[in-house]
Amino acid sequence: MKQAILDQLARRLDAHETTAIASVLAGPDAGQALLDDGGRVIAGGFDSDELAAAVAASAAGHLERLQSGRESISIDGRTYDVFIEVFAPPPQLIVIGAVHVAIHLVEFARRLGFRTVVIDPRTAFATEERFAKADELLIEWPAEALVRIRITDNTYFALLAHDLKIDLPALEIALRSPARYIGALGSKKTHSKRVAALQENGFTADDVARITNPIGLDLGGRRAQEIALAIIAEIVAIRHGKT
Amino acid sequence: MRDILPNIRAWQAQGKSVALATVVRAWGSSPRPLGSKMAISSEGDMAGSVSGGCVEGAVVEEAGKVIASGKPSLVEYGVTDDLAWTVGLSCGGTLEVFIERLG
Repeated sequence: MKQAILDQLARRLDAHETTAIASVLAGPDAGQALLDDGGRVIAGGFDSDELAAAVAASAAGHLERLQSGRESISIDGRTYDVFIEVFAPPPQLIVIGAVHVAIHLVEFARRLGFRTVVIDPRTAFATEERFAKADELLIEWPAEALVRIRITDNTYFALLAHDLKIDLPALEIALRSPARYIGALGSKKTHSKRVAALQENGFTADDVARITNPIGLDLGGRRAQEIALAIIAEIVAIRHGKT
Repeated sequence: MRDILPNIRAWQAQGKSVALATVVRAWGSSPRPLGSKMAISSEGDMAGSVSGGCVEGAVVEEAGKVIASGKPSLVEYGVTDDLAWTVGLSCGGTLEVFIERLG
């Protein structure tokens, strides 16, 4: 891999930009191209224009599905062995409530490759010292903080604040978004209060059913670390289509 | 890739040559998904993995050759490979690894 491709790839990974590398793995035309999310070559390339065009077309499909794959590309009776690797942006975990469980959750999530955002307006909880490992710590009300964050179907919410004033506005924004997972900590009683408040504000039963409560897989643990593990385990399972 | 980039950058800054191994095909019950990566430096440093730990030794050896020659290599590891008897893919799967020199 040429240094120019490696440098561009590193820069785009740092910036969380979708990128692909197309590699002709063997033969006299072996080579590589780095493509942006639109399938445009931004570093490297191939000597043959026909090969470049065929590779770009194939890469475009992989970029759309965000899936790497191996392809045989035939041009004029010659077959090229091509690996197209897609580097998708990391999943994003938004944690509402800078509580003790959140500290462990951020550590687990980070280790698993998630970008983490912690939001809590309470300065006693939301400190840089407690959340040095979070990618972003926003000491603000969720309604203010979340307008600046791009929420996609690659976004996972964990609502841990245990305070309706903080959780409810965040839940409303999460429910209006394509977020993949919305988990909310709290007892049945707490949750039914939340549900009632949401329905009062016009959310339907189907909307509310998107919220996972109790949050996390049932691992039986009650320590903060164990609850954090249960939550991240559930998120990993959902990410891989298991629940 | 994200997790091994800091290692690659550090090794390059120290003037070491680096090879990158990528899983480009996996059959059966291979333990790592397509695109799994391992970086190896000319001084024998390692980061990441391409399997559950069973073929890494062989990959490191091959990476040494790739760093020396500059020529990329496409290697298959698995039950049909002689190497399987020595490296023993714990999973019984087969995987193909592309090893290239960086820079």
